[in-house]
Amino acid sequence: MGIEALAESLGQNFLTTTLGKLVGWGRGNSVWPAQFGLACCAIEMIATATAGVDIGRFGSEAFRASPRQSDLMIVSGRVSQKMAPILRTIYDQMPEPKWVISMGACASTGGVFNNYALLQGVDKIVPVDVYIPGCPPRPEDLLNALMILQERIKAQGILPRQ
Amino acid sequence: MTTEIGQGITVDRTGETGAFGGELLTVNFGPHHPSTHGVLRLVVDLDGEQVKRIKPVIGYLHTGIEKQMEALRWQQGVVVTDRHDYLSPPINNLAYALAVERLMGVEVPPRAQALRVIMCELTRLSSHLVWMGTSGLELGAMSMLMYCFRDRDTIMDMNEEISGFRMHTSYIRPGGVFADATPRFLDMLDRFTAKTMTKNVDEYEALLTDNPIWRRRTIGIGRLSAEDAKVLGATGPMLRGSGVAWDLRKAMPYSGYENYDFEIATSDLCDCYGRYLVRIKEMRESVKILRQALDRLPDGPINVDDRKMLPPPREELETSMEAVIHHFKLFTEGYSVPPGDVYVAVESGRGENGCYISSDGTHKPRRVKFRSASFVNLQALERMALNHFIADMIAIIGTADTVLGDCDR
Repeated sequence: MGIEALAESLGQNFLTTTLGKLVGWGRGNSVWPAQFGLACCAIEMIATATAGVDIGRFGSEAFRASPRQSDLMIVSGRVSQKMAPILRTIYDQMPEPKWVISMGACASTGGVFNNYALLQGVDKIVPVDVYIPGCPPRPEDLLNALMILQERIKAQGILPRQ
Repeated sequence: MTTEIGQGITVDRTGETGAFGGELLTVNFGPHHPSTHGVLRLVVDLDGEQVKRIKPVIGYLHTGIEKQMEALRWQQGVVVTDRHDYLSPPINNLAYALAVERLMGVEVPPRAQALRVIMCELTRLSSHLVWMGTSGLELGAMSMLMYCFRDRDTIMDMNEEISGFRMHTSYIRPGGVFADATPRFLDMLDRFTAKTMTKNVDEYEALLTDNPIWRRRTIGIGRLSAEDAKVLGATGPMLRGSGVAWDLRKAMPYSGYENYDFEIATSDLCDCYGRYLVRIKEMRESVKILRQALDRLPDGPINVDDRKMLPPPREELETSMEAVIHHFKLFTEGYSVPPGDVYVAVESGRGENGCYISSDGTHKPRRVKFRSASFVNLQALERMALNHFIADMIAIIGTADTVLGDCDR
C-alpha cells in the first residue's frame, strides 16, 4: 500500500506530532497534586477544588492522599523547622517527574514571620517551579500558577528535569 | 521496644498484652494525613483495631507568633493575630484589640462595636462551614464540601468588600475597625442573612441530620461527659456538646453581645453527633445575631477619637501641622500602652480564645500569650477516642475541630 493510498484510507482521522509534545500534553493536563495542607493557604487550596473556581477544569481535581500517586506538591502555608524534614520526605516519595508550587508568602519567603521557628522559604529544601505571592493567595491565583506550570510542563517534553 | 521486621522497616511494640491476647501495637498517624485537619501527629497504641492510648505530638506548625509579637509595635501585632487561628481571623483580632483597649482604658464607639459583632459572627459561620464541609468529606458526605464552600465564598466576598481581603482581614484593630461598612456590604449582608443562609442551613440539615451514614458514624462515637469536659478544660462546641451551657458571649459579654437576643446551643448527647447539632444551632443563632446587628446598626464614628492612637484622616494631613506630627509619630514609633497585665477572652468558633498581654509601658508588648481553644480541646482527644476503632478517630478528630495553627501558634 502506497503512502497516498494509506492517507486516503485514513481520511482525516490522523494528526502528526512529536512524542515529546504528546507526552507533555498528557502530563500537563493531568497534574495530580498531593493532598498536603499546612496552614491558612490550605483552606484556599481546598476552596480552589470546590465548585466556585473548580480546579477540575484544568485536570487537577484529583488530590491524592499518597505522595506516590501525585505529580505536584502545593506547599500551602508556612513550613516550620519541625515540618521541614517531613516535607522533604514527602517530596522524595513522589515519583518523577514532579513539580512544586510554593503557595503564598510564607512558603516562598517566610512572609511576615521572620523568626526562629519558620523556614525562610521552602526553596531551601525542595526545588520550586512556580511561586505565588499573597497571604493567602486567592484561589484564582493558584489556578493561574497551575496554568503557568502546565505551559512549562508542555514545553518540557519527555525529560522534564535533567 | 522497636523490632526490625526487615528492609529497615521497624515496628514499635509496647510489650503489653491487649484484651484479645495480642500485643499492643504503636502506630503513627500524621502529620501528613488527609484527615488530621492540618499537621497533627498522633502516636496511637492499638489493641487490634481498638484505640488504647493516644499521644498527640504537636508543634509541626509552630510559627513563633507570640515571640514575633514582642518585636512588633502594638498596631502591627494585629496582622500576626490573624494568622494563628486562620479560620477565625477577626475573632483573634478582637481578643487582641480588646486586651490593648482595656490596658489603655478606651472604649470603641457603638458603630464599631456593632461592626465587630458582624465580622465575628460572619467568621463563626465561615469557620463552622469549613468544619462541616471537611468533616462531611471525611465521613463520606463529599457534596458537603462543595455546598459549604459555596457559602464560605459568599462570606469571603463580604470580607473583601469591607476590608479588601478574603481571609486575613486585620479588620478589627485596637481603637476601632479598619473601615466603615459600604452600602454594598450592607446589601450583601442583608441578602445573606434574610435569604441565603437561613435556606442553606436547612439544606445542610436535610443532607446530614437524618442521613443514616452520618448518624451511624457519629452517634455514640467520641463520648465526653460533662465532668470530663470541664476537668479537661474543653470549651466551645466541645463543652456545649456535652450539655454545659457555657458561652463567653453570654457569660462575660464583650462588644455589646449582651444587647443581642440569642440562645446558647447545647446538646446532651455528649458525642460527635451532639457536637454537630451544637454547631448547626450556632449557625442559626449567628444568622439571628447578624440580622439584629444589621437592623440596629447605629450611626456614628467607627474609631475612638484619639490622635495618639489612630492616624488622622487623610484630608487633615494637608491642612494641619499637628496632624502631620501625629501621623509621623504613629508610623515611626507607634503608641505606647500603660504598664500592666491583662487577660481578655472571647468566644471563637472553637471555644475560649484568650489573649494575655503584659505591657511595660513601651511601644511594643513585653509578652503576648494566646490561650487557644484548639490546644486545650486536644487534651480531650484520648478520653474521647478510648476503646473506639481507629476509623472512628477520624470522626472524633473532625468534631474536635482543632486548627493546628491555633494549637501550635
